[in-house]
Amino acid sequence: MTRTILVCCGTGCRANGGMDVSLALTAAVDAAAADANVCCVTETGCSGLCELGPLVRIMPDDIMYYRVRPSDAHDIIQKTVLESEPIERLLFKDSSGNHVLHQADNPFYGHQKKIALRNVGIIDSRSIDEYIAHGGYSALARALEMTSDEIIREVEESGIRGRGGAGFPTGRKWRSAAVLESSPKYVICNGDEGDPGAFMDGSIMDGDPHSVLEGMMIGALAIGAEEGFLYIRDEYIQAVKSMKKAIRAAEKRGLLGESILGTNRKLYFSVVRGGGAFVCGESTALMSSIEGNVGEPRAKYIHSVEKGLWGCPTVINNVETWANIPVIINGGGKKFAEIGTKDSTGTKVFALVGKVKYTGLVEVPMGITLRKLIFEIGGGIPNNRKFKAVQTGGPSGGCIPASLLDIPVDFDTLKEYGTMMGSGGMIVMDDHSCMVEFARYYVNFLCGESCGKCTPCREGLRHMRSILTNICNGYGREGDIELLEMIGSTMIDCSLCALGSSAPNPVLTTIRYFREEYEAHIREHRCPAGVCKALTAFSVNHAVCKGCMACTAVCPTRAIVQLNGGFPIITKSCNGCGSCRDVCRFNAIEAVKGGRV
Amino acid sequence: MNLNESDTEINEVIKAYPPERQNSLPIMQDLQKKFGYIPRNAFKKIGLYLSCSEAHLYSMATFYKALSLVPQGKHVIRLCDGTTCHIKGSVQLRDEITRLLGIRDGETTSDRLFSLQLVNCIGTCAIAPAILIDETYYGKLTPADLPAILNRYRKLEEEREREHEEENGMENGEKNEKEEKS
Ligand code: SF4
Ligand code: SF4
Ligand code: FES
Repeated sequence: MTRTILVCCGTGCRANGGMDVSLALTAAVDAAAADANVCCVTETGCSGLCELGPLVRIMPDDIMYYRVRPSDAHDIIQKTVLESEPIERLLFKDSSGNHVLHQADNPFYGHQKKIALRNVGIIDSRSIDEYIAHGGYSALARALEMTSDEIIREVEESGIRGRGGAGFPTGRKWRSAAVLESSPKYVICNGDEGDPGAFMDGSIMDGDPHSVLEGMMIGALAIGAEEGFLYIRDEYIQAVKSMKKAIRAAEKRGLLGESILGTNRKLYFSVVRGGGAFVCGESTALMSSIEGNVGEPRAKYIHSVEKGLWGCPTVINNVETWANIPVIINGGGKKFAEIGTKDSTGTKVFALVGKVKYTGLVEVPMGITLRKLIFEIGGGIPNNRKFKAVQTGGPSGGCIPASLLDIPVDFDTLKEYGTMMGSGGMIVMDDHSCMVEFARYYVNFLCGESCGKCTPCREGLRHMRSILTNICNGYGREGDIELLEMIGSTMIDCSLCALGSSAPNPVLTTIRYFREEYEAHIREHRCPAGVCKALTAFSVNHAVCKGCMACTAVCPTRAIVQLNGGFPIITKSCNGCGSCRDVCRFNAIEAVKGGRV
Repeated sequence: MNLNESDTEINEVIKAYPPERQNSLPIMQDLQKKFGYIPRNAFKKIGLYLSCSEAHLYSMATFYKALSLVPQGKHVIRLCDGTTCHIKGSVQLRDEITRLLGIRDGETTSDRLFSLQLVNCIGTCAIAPAILIDETYYGKLTPADLPAILNRYRKLEEEREREHEEENGMENGEKNEKEEKS
């Protein structure tokens, strides 16, 4: 039997040594070649469960191995490939301790439905042939035979809303660009993905670049554009390489260039590397950046569909939206609309990260509950700690507390509770996360990213930052919370672009759901989560401590010494980093009131 | 590092693009990659080539984080302080790098070997906290992992220098031989 060994080489697995595993497997295959069943090694994009990487999957048996080391390569070839025998130590163990052989039986994968990620982790992203073999570019062929109106109607019927943030209906956007007579027109892929905590777009571009191109080609046909740009952030080295390579391959095949598949339609795509400015995720700023200017946003009196890049009609969608398009054209808009909820159709890719057991990339139907996402797919909170909040939507989003775990995840529900879908970062926090510090973190982040053009955003952010910093340092005052709320609402109403008008969200939602934590900082000079250094000291609860000394190993200041009785004590050189508390498996290290203030 | 980047080297980078203003960012990114910063004399050249003002180019160079006006070290450490890395301890990593190398965000070591940049997310949140050195990602780090990683680059540099010296030595040797022959 011909077997394929899929080695995950997404950024997560790469950082975990995925490339070495791939090399070792290739060598082992070569060594066994004489008597081996034909077998090849494929390097794929991110297969999702980065936490347990490097991941290796053997097809068609569908045996999935986790945490593979190069030294396992020999066994994998000898046992699994040659003798069809699974290797237990590399399998996933479910919560009751059973070994899980197939990917779909792993609860992390079982609840997912992959559309945008349909090929990521399955095909060799560098090969256009593999993409075509998996049904790629058939939607383009179909679209070439459709009229612009027919294409747009499918997209409208699918109900798909932009996956980049605000959730604007994609079909409507295309329609308004298509009806304009002027030319040229442009399509843009927003691959800037500035939200910290989100990496799905990078993974799609890296793991299945052609699906993005195909979506953009269809979009270009629909609105009548002959040129397209992919704006990709510079840190995504892999994604940039992968997209450039895909464009060249598509040109060679006659899918891009003078004539698309022999028709008289022209289309040219190019990659623009982002300059590392968060505000460039905002569409007007992004276009200004492509034009070779400073990436500052402008007021949106005129929509970019009408006057976008170089003043021409422009459709800009994010990576995930584009990747969905071929599926919509192939299967029909109606079928797509059956997935998800009525007003949020389809699926959404999330970066499930933070204090959750199985971190990684997941794609789920819209409408799934947060509980299911975090506890069934994500496996819950590590070390049996308490779930505290989940942050969605990046710096423009907000925090959702445990009491709301059962709300469905869709565009409108999230908005109702003060946060947003955003690009899909889902950052889980446990009781060791301080919500005030977290709000301070986002505000500080945005302070550095605000382009400074409008006063509410520029000054509002700075003012909020100084108030929040004071609170974290123990200098909070009565009235601070109200002041924050006031600044926040002014910014929402008066800022020029989405950066400023959504910036208060993390502050306002944490106040809304965790007000008592703000009050504890201000009134009692206490950080309940034990994060704010100025208000926190650590001590060892000797009644629970087992004396394992795991804490000493991680202390960067060697502040933990062993007491005569074999138990640790924390000395004065402690800088309050909290590493020891994080590693203690017995919750023996406790945060107490203390610190500087 | 050679601080007097030659005009020809700069021109090479610039002329790789057609003279359109939209190429100002990629040109500067390429210069950044090649020299570790945008050399002063490059601005005039780009301005002439793309017919735009130097002031415009300066405003871009100061706006975009990827561009720098001061030379960067040989190895740029991009320490992720994105949300996930932040709650998983990027601050501890930052403090440790500062302790080990004596540099803060945006600074370069005096031997020009390392620069430190705090960045917002390098796309490997699932293995946070993470850093990116040049083009290599390191994930799930604790402060204790850092010395070994940094030393790897130091060693690499030493080796390269040694090779360089040997090569130079050889070249000189060959020359001498030739000279002797003639
Ligand atoms: S890790 Fe926890 S149990 Fe182990 S010695 Fe430290 S405090 Fe005690
Ligand atoms: S809080 Fe940090 S510095 Fe203090 S004892 Fe624990 S690990 Fe060491
Ligand atoms: S937050 Fe650090 S890699 Fe994304």
